[in-house]
Formats: sequence, structure tokens, C-alpha cells
Amino acid sequence: MTVVVNGEPRELETGMTIDDVVRSLTDEERGVAVALDGEVVPRGAWTTTTLTGGEHVEVLRAVQGG
Amino acid sequence: MTFELGGRTWSSRLIMGTGGFRSLGDLEAALVASEAEIVTVALRRVDPSSRGDSPLRVIDDLGRFVLPNTAGCYTAREAVRTARLAREAFDTDWIKLEVIGDDRTLHPDPVELLSAAEQLVAEGFTVLPYTSDDPILARRLEAVGCAAVMPLGSPIGAGRGIDNPHHIRLIAEQSSVPVILDAGIGTASDAAEAMELGCDAVLCASAIARADDPPAMATAIKLAVEAGWHARRAGRIPVRLHAEASTPASGLAQLGGDPTPVSDTRVRP
Repeated sequence: MTVVVNGEPRELETGMTIDDVVRSLTDEERGVAVALDGEVVPRGAWTTTTLTGGEHVEVLRAVQGG
Repeated sequence: MTFELGGRTWSSRLIMGTGGFRSLGDLEAALVASEAEIVTVALRRVDPSSRGDSPLRVIDDLGRFVLPNTAGCYTAREAVRTARLAREAFDTDWIKLEVIGDDRTLHPDPVELLSAAEQLVAEGFTVLPYTSDDPILARRLEAVGCAAVMPLGSPIGAGRGIDNPHHIRLIAEQSSVPVILDAGIGTASDAAEAMELGCDAVLCASAIARADDPPAMATAIKLAVEAGWHARRAGRIPVRLHAEASTPASGLAQLGGDPTPVSDTRVRP
């Protein structure tokens, strides 16, 4: 299945969760947030939110700013 | 010198932005020197190719309060979504709300800003909006429940100081929430001016981060904020066209010449 992660189409195995996607990108916990098709996925739901293909996932972290 | 913001008491009236520092070492040194308690961060996509240290580690290690921003958002919709993500990322309801209207001036889009502020207040956020120096917009932001108003002195990163001190004074005079001068500070005297005009605090990023010596500038701006706050409380003398002698004229010795002082009667004081 294809999922767009941070703007890049990626081929992922069926059944992968948001948590799998986050772990493939970063080891950080605090300061990381995920949007699935524009809406926040609470941290507690990362392991139970399964991707089915076609979604847009944004994985964000803290950077210097403001 | 403490002040109330968002239901909490703070001892520093300098809020520090973290954008523009050349290294996390510079950021850390400037944070220590500034004694700022509230520190802003932004959210951006994770870049797996740069697993470098996060500014968050520096801020957390120093025990400072993280204030996420919505920098880079151009619509209320994007800003509200970013604020929700920030709440999840940093376990905080506080948000520095930025909704930009134009990338040349980085001026806020007042229509989108007010709409986003209203939505976020309704969702329980403590909203600190970056706004233009328009007193009416500031009043509207306060009316929808923002915890502060943060007018710009001049455009972000411009370093011009306060372009329109009259507007900043009007906003400070009318507001019952804290007024935080945000954006435009170039050097210490600008921060002192903001406080003298009646602002409750100053938010500063570029002036410190991009200075030749960031910790030294952090110290200077910290002291300027304190100096301006004391000056404001002290009550400055009126600005006059003519001199007003500080030494009494009575009892002046006559030591020759015309005893009558020369007076220009064409101009009345």
C-alpha cells in the first residue's frame, strides 16, 4: 500500500500502524506529533491506528522557531 | 517585577524565541543569560537524515516553559490544526498563535488570526496571538478570550524596533490582558522603549540569536526590559520644547553685566 509520509509517497506493508511510521523516522517521544489526513492522532492511539493505504501522514517534531 | 500571564505568575518579563541560533550551544548560553522562563519552539516535519539534538532537550534541561508557535501558517484552519498538534507534542494548552498574511512582510492576517483565536479559545487553549499594532484588532482579540495580545514593533527579523510607538502605547493603555511586544526588536534600547510605553513583557528571538555574541545580547536585553519596567513605574518627566532649569534662579549672585536674563518673548512656553 502507498501512504504519503511527510509529503513523500512510501510503500508500506499492509497493517502498519502510525507508531510503526513514527519509529521508522525518529526515536524521540516528547515533542513529536502526528497528523493523519490533517487531524491529530493522540499519542495513546498510535499503536492502534492502522493504515490502509492512500492516507497522508505528517510526523512533526520540535525545531527552533519563533 | 513578577507578572501574571495565563493564570500563572512569572518572574521574567522577557520571553525568548529560539529561531535563528547558529547552534544549540549558542541557544543554551543565551537562554541562561536571558533568564527567560518562557521559550518558543516550532513544529516541522521530522527529517530522518538529521537526527540531531532537539532544542527541546536544551529547554527542558534548563527547566524552562515551552511555548509552541504556529509559525508558517497562512490560514485559521492550518493554525488551529498546528495548535492541536502542538498540544499533543508538548502537553501544553499554551499556543503562540501566528497566522501570516504575506511572506514579504510576515504581517499577521487579521481576519484569519481572529477566527483562529476564537476557535482555539473555545477548545480550551491559552492563546497568545502575534498581532499587528492595530488597537482595534488587539481589542477584538482580547474580547474573544486571548490570554495576552502580542503586537509587532516592526516586521519579524527587521530589527527596526518600534515603528509606531503611539499604537503600542494605545494598545498598552486599553488592554486588561498582558501586552507583549513581539517582533522587531533590534537591540536593547528597543526593549526598554517597549516597556516604557507600557508593555508588560517583550518577546525576542532574532535580536539575540543573530547578534555577534548572543549571550551578551541576551544579557543586554534582559537588563533593558528591567530598566524599561522600572522607568515606566518611576514616571518619566514631560517632554518639553524649552529648557527647564534644574538649578534654582533665586539667590543668583550679580557679578556684572545685565542682571535680567535674556528671554525670547516671541515664543510662549
